[in-house]
Amino acid sequence: MPDPIPVYVHLRRAKDLIDRDYAEPLDVPALAREAHASRAHFLRSFKRAFGETPHRYLLRRRIERAKELLRNTRLSVTEVSVAVGFRSLGSFSSAFRRLVGESPLAYARHWRPVAPPRIPACFTLMYTRPHESTFREAGTGDPG
Amino acid sequence: MITGLSHTTIWVLDQDEALEFYTRKLGFEINTDATMDDFRWLTVSPPDRSDHELILLVPGPPMMDEESAEQVKALVAKGALGPGAFETDDCRATYAELSARGVDFLSEPTERFYGVEATFRDNSGNWFSMTERAELPVHQ
Repeated sequence: MPDPIPVYVHLRRAKDLIDRDYAEPLDVPALAREAHASRAHFLRSFKRAFGETPHRYLLRRRIERAKELLRNTRLSVTEVSVAVGFRSLGSFSSAFRRLVGESPLAYARHWRPVAPPRIPACFTLMYTRPHESTFREAGTGDPG
Repeated sequence: MITGLSHTTIWVLDQDEALEFYTRKLGFEINTDATMDDFRWLTVSPPDRSDHELILLVPGPPMMDEESAEQVKALVAKGALGPGAFETDDCRATYAELSARGVDFLSEPTERFYGVEATFRDNSGNWFSMTERAELPVHQ
């Protein structure tokens, strides 16, 4: 069996690229190049390594970044959706609602009046991306 | 009483490559580089801060069985581990300097309630915060 560690290093670089460029359209060929893999092999091995597809990883990263902007800035919901890379407000709102359990506006109304929790931002980046156990995703319409 | 933390283990995939990264890219200094049998004790510190040593260690036997070592290496390579936070006197300038040397940043310098912070990875995959602390409020 080939050494899996170099493969993980390449896959992680692709994941880091998503974390950096989450506001850009997802470019699977570019990610596959970063991972030194063919497109099909990249998609399969990414999911095996990280437990979710690159699309789903990106979607949840965008929602996590949106949560931060909704908590810490005065941007409108529309501005937030554009800032994290959504092309339409509708797809942003439905994804947010599905992953967070409430609408972006309701989330902002929760958090904006209170001081943000005293948790370092590097840890909210790493630990508050929505995942299966934070909120049970409704329905089966997620293509991720 | 305990007065501080002096050594932190950083699991790396290759000691030579880690040493190159920590000294050439981050600008750290070697504290100790000593080999006995096939065990290499390799520690580095930020310049003039030898009071806290980072131990650059490759997971492996006899400390860990081969299977456990492979698991830890996989976690490091996948980017799952974050050993801690570095301090800097100027986050933006250091970000520019380290980026130019090829350090992979995950986030750019950003104002936070505790200072200006950026995050980066070492060449093995460990993630770190790099923070320029804000003036701490005076507590009663």
